[in-house]
Amino acid sequence: MVENRPFLTVLSHLVVILGVLVIAFPVWMTFVASTHDQQTMLRAPIPLLPGPHLIDNYMRVLTEGFGTKFGDNPLARTLFNSLVMALGVAIGKIAISIIAAFAIVYFRFPLRLTFFWAIFVTLMLPVEVRIVPTYGVVANLGMLDSYGGLIIPVIASATATFLFRQFFLSVPDELTEAARVDGASPMRFFWDILLPMSRTSIAALFVIQFIYGWNQYLWPLLITTKESFYTVVMAVSRQANVVDATPSWNLLMAMAMLAMLPPVAVVIFMQRQFVRGLVETEK
Amino acid sequence: MEKRVTFNERWLPYLLVAPQILITLIFFFWPSGEMIWQSLILEDAFGGNTRFVWFDNFIHLFNDPAYFASARLTLVFSALVAAVGLAISLLLAVMADRVIRGATVYKAFLVWPYAVAPAVAAVLWGFLFNPSVGIVAWLLQGIGIEFNFVSNGNQAFLLIVIAAVWNQLSYNFLFFLAGLQSIPRSLIEAAAIDGAGPAKRFWDIIFPLLSPTGFFLLVVNIIYAFFGTFGIVDALTKGGPAKATEILVFKVVNDGFRGQDLGGSSAQSAILMVVVILLTVVQFRFIERRVHY
Repeated sequence: MVENRPFLTVLSHLVVILGVLVIAFPVWMTFVASTHDQQTMLRAPIPLLPGPHLIDNYMRVLTEGFGTKFGDNPLARTLFNSLVMALGVAIGKIAISIIAAFAIVYFRFPLRLTFFWAIFVTLMLPVEVRIVPTYGVVANLGMLDSYGGLIIPVIASATATFLFRQFFLSVPDELTEAARVDGASPMRFFWDILLPMSRTSIAALFVIQFIYGWNQYLWPLLITTKESFYTVVMAVSRQANVVDATPSWNLLMAMAMLAMLPPVAVVIFMQRQFVRGLVETEK
Repeated sequence: MEKRVTFNERWLPYLLVAPQILITLIFFFWPSGEMIWQSLILEDAFGGNTRFVWFDNFIHLFNDPAYFASARLTLVFSALVAAVGLAISLLLAVMADRVIRGATVYKAFLVWPYAVAPAVAAVLWGFLFNPSVGIVAWLLQGIGIEFNFVSNGNQAFLLIVIAAVWNQLSYNFLFFLAGLQSIPRSLIEAAAIDGAGPAKRFWDIIFPLLSPTGFFLLVVNIIYAFFGTFGIVDALTKGGPAKATEILVFKVVNDGFRGQDLGGSSAQSAILMVVVILLTVVQFRFIERRVHY
């Protein structure tokens, strides 16, 4: 810092530490609740420190599912669905966006700008707003209760295409010229030069889109009616709405922990890519 | 900006844009067109007869006090989420920026709430404030405050604000911290040599230089509060009690699916579409002038 003010430095630390604690508190309580048995979680005050039932609760939720209504649907299956959706959304978005951006930047062809603007306007209408007609379209196409229905309608997005377009525009023209002089075809240039150069952008985008896909809520809620296609976020929410009737807070909180763990782990272990992705997708 | 060197191919570029354009046409333009069409027609309960009614659905909506109540609620909600969220994250970012040695460690502890799904965040906060087992509700009761968000509308509203702010905090924090770290140290040092204390330096130098970031975050937070919070409301309150938390995005989905009012829901969607377009335009106009970090 500019000058030495011990009091301010201590105050800064205190404020940030307090902030960290307050922000972490709900997750701590969730974790604590997921390690006790049902009886302990029935009456206030509930304990503030973990109990001995961690493995019991998590195993039960993962293999047997939850309560009576969820009984025949183990959470392991639900977590798998979320993983499929998150990976599908992340990989699908990156794949269709990077080739579309390649076409728009590296070729001149009729309708190029029309396509560009068609992609651009998708920014204008979040899926929550056009949800009812989109549901109708997906139902007409017979895509309810399918992985395709979960993934494909949410992968059309402008942000990824813009990110790649921005990046391609910054790639030196000399590389393209060299490739052309050497007689490389456009696709060869794409695979051997452009794609390897885009690695960091792809990684950054992957982190953001994985979280986006994993955390989808409204869309899976609408188009899945079979429990075998439920995603974990909607399973947690559904169960939370009946928890007062069948109070197994310990199991609900174990489910919530499992729903949070994968995306939070991705953010923590890929923090650099995450921050980069956040900042870049907003450009 | 355009590339000087390009490839000459006749069909390849169409092939390359085809997947994205097809998906956009089928899952974006088709439903959007249908939404606008449906906002202008009236359909009977069995879907047999449709009648073109021009703007009747909109007029109906504007004469509906429930719609205005929901719109007002949404404005208050987004203003609160943006104001409280920005204030807290700015405070945390300024403090974290001051302590150079701890900044990266603190950052690691503050970024993860972004990864928690809004619906799951709602479940966590609902648990803390649950009237029968929630620890915070129990503590509040200890000091004489009866907290029951299941029956008390204002408390339910407060709770969705808290959950929404919590969920968005790490995003705001990261952008503020990046903004702070891009302010040249020499400016602050020069002010310090001239005798400006930390508070004066903050208000006269740091705050104005940070205002582009702040403005950008304001727009992002309003968009988030308008459209990104469906999961919070649906998992926590379902718009209740007595519509005390029925924000617009929840009402669109609720009227369209549970109420089967397609015309009304589509008219609401069309209005929200105008809101997003305005916000996006503001955001983009601003980004052109934005400092790059």
